[in-house]
Amino acid sequence: MSSEVITLAHGGGGRRTGQLVRNLFLKAFSNPLLDRLHDGAEWEVPAGRLAMSTDAYVVRPLFFPGGDIGSLSVHGTINDLAMCGAWPMALTAAFILEEGYPLSELELLVSSMARAAREAGVPIASGDTKVVERGSGDGVFLTTTGVGRVPEGIHIDPRRARAGDWVILNGPMARHGVAILSVREGLEFGTSITSDSAPLHRLVRSLLSALGEAVHILRDPTRGGVATALCELAQAGAVGVRLHEEALPVEPEVRAACEMLGLDPLYVANEGRCLLFVEAAAGPEALRLMGPGATRIGQVVAEHPGVVVMEGSLGGQRVLDLLSGEQLPRIC
Amino acid sequence: MEVCGGQTHNLIRFGIDQLLPPTVQLVHGPGCPVCVTPLAVLDRATEIAATPGMVLVSFGDMLRVPGSRDDLLGVKARGGTVRMVYSPLDALKLAQKHPDQQVVFFGVGFETTAPAHAMAVWQARRLGLANFSLLCSLVRVPPAMEFILTAPGNRVQAFLAAGHVCTITGLSEYLPLAERHRVPIVVTGFEPLDLLSGILLAVRALNRGRCGVENPYSRVVKPEGNREALALLDEVFEVCDRPWRGIGTIPASGYRLRPEWAEFDAELRFPGALESAPEPPLCRAGEVLLGSLRPPDCAAFGRQCTPESPLGAPMVSSEGACAAYYRYQRARV
Repeated sequence: MSSEVITLAHGGGGRRTGQLVRNLFLKAFSNPLLDRLHDGAEWEVPAGRLAMSTDAYVVRPLFFPGGDIGSLSVHGTINDLAMCGAWPMALTAAFILEEGYPLSELELLVSSMARAAREAGVPIASGDTKVVERGSGDGVFLTTTGVGRVPEGIHIDPRRARAGDWVILNGPMARHGVAILSVREGLEFGTSITSDSAPLHRLVRSLLSALGEAVHILRDPTRGGVATALCELAQAGAVGVRLHEEALPVEPEVRAACEMLGLDPLYVANEGRCLLFVEAAAGPEALRLMGPGATRIGQVVAEHPGVVVMEGSLGGQRVLDLLSGEQLPRIC
Repeated sequence: MEVCGGQTHNLIRFGIDQLLPPTVQLVHGPGCPVCVTPLAVLDRATEIAATPGMVLVSFGDMLRVPGSRDDLLGVKARGGTVRMVYSPLDALKLAQKHPDQQVVFFGVGFETTAPAHAMAVWQARRLGLANFSLLCSLVRVPPAMEFILTAPGNRVQAFLAAGHVCTITGLSEYLPLAERHRVPIVVTGFEPLDLLSGILLAVRALNRGRCGVENPYSRVVKPEGNREALALLDEVFEVCDRPWRGIGTIPASGYRLRPEWAEFDAELRFPGALESAPEPPLCRAGEVLLGSLRPPDCAAFGRQCTPESPLGAPMVSSEGACAAYYRYQRARV
């Protein structure tokens, strides 16, 4: 079926829909929850609290260095659950396909999605497919929803920042956003930078089981980057955040690409990164658990509540604020 | 005065202006090509973008600049075709890919990017691209420096010249300027150490009562400039008088296509139909661009004028002085 394209019949609910579901989705995603072919998935409810999250994916282009919309939609929702302190139990996936989209490309996306789910150990338990007329979509729009379980005694809350907390980032920033820009039509530039898209639930589990209540906040700095996430957290907790410019981890190639495009890496999207606010006493252990890429980038302070301040390498300081929109590449 | 908006942003971003003694005051210059693009040209660009069958191609930081009716992002949201690229040559690729559409490149910039525009036009002729043209609003720096030095009430005693611009032009136009007005001009890069060494050399020259051109940015700038780029510029463009938004017409401050390249001139190919509205009276962007008004001293700054709803271009351009002050919000630290 590889020379075929998506037609409105694939979304009509009839035979073609059934073929698409059986031959593509069920084959790729097969798991006991999905294979029952019920209208929804059901399973025993564990003790404790549940977490739920949903995310819509509209990335362009659909395939980018280091990932694609399929793997991204799995990692993204798993990470949103993980940032609540939850262990992801199952995902659902809703596909909005544009009429005329090549089936061979859809197969690639679905198999990438299935691989990401398998590697993460999280089943895709239920799904839906709709087809919209040509021109009404952009190839594939994808929404995933996830449910996870929060272990006893874990309370991750964006309002829990306390003065003295260490602010730790688990790896160099801005890779995902730069990788996407490097292949966007009209802006292409040659680079070996790949997206950092990756699931974070195992890292979070090891942090929570070792440090428990000392972990105050987890946040994945996706759209808007590290700066936007920190501004939101400073406001939510009515605390100040101070960053050390020289501590901010940016790979040289990413930094060069950002300089060329006139982008501040602090505001560029990440997909496999995690910001951690942790009690100072547990900071060194958190750094050890997060691996060699992790860096302490700053700390929480009682002064200037709601404001993120960057201490520059020369001794000057400046406020990091929310941007009014997306960063746009500059002239020179 | 640091001439270039990129320098302004880094001076404020790294807090260098905070670290200087009070006797050294930095005045922000007009070096933001987006900011000085005349309203009439921007309106023409939005008109082109809104026309079916036409594609307006632009650098990213032009998209949020307010025209008299709309900005380019607004035109795009209402169904116009606006494409963002990093180089004028990318617009040629779009023209080749979409032969049924008229592709217009919005040419905004200083001498730094002017050669890439010249190359795009030159290549378009070589490729026989009948659906490519240039809406040209390219400007030149030395005439603007001269304009500032001769303006009544001028406070500028020394210049940090824009390093990237000098990469192309070399120093030949700056030597007579320094002589004529008895000012030190220091060719300065953009990294914090470049900026600090530029300031140091300018202060030393002033202390010793010397004028002239110094080039501590010699790792990038050669005295003769980039000869190939200058030859190409001269082949495709000629110098013309050009209006600067908020400032007025500065003699010999622009480039336009030579008559033998007029077939690629978007203004001739697509004459505009709409009149531009006057600038909002509250906006004092012209004074900011000439260094006679600090952005936070403008009554509209952060009140009627914000990045979400700008009155003038310096609030939204990535090189605009108002944007630098707004973004790094000193007052709140």
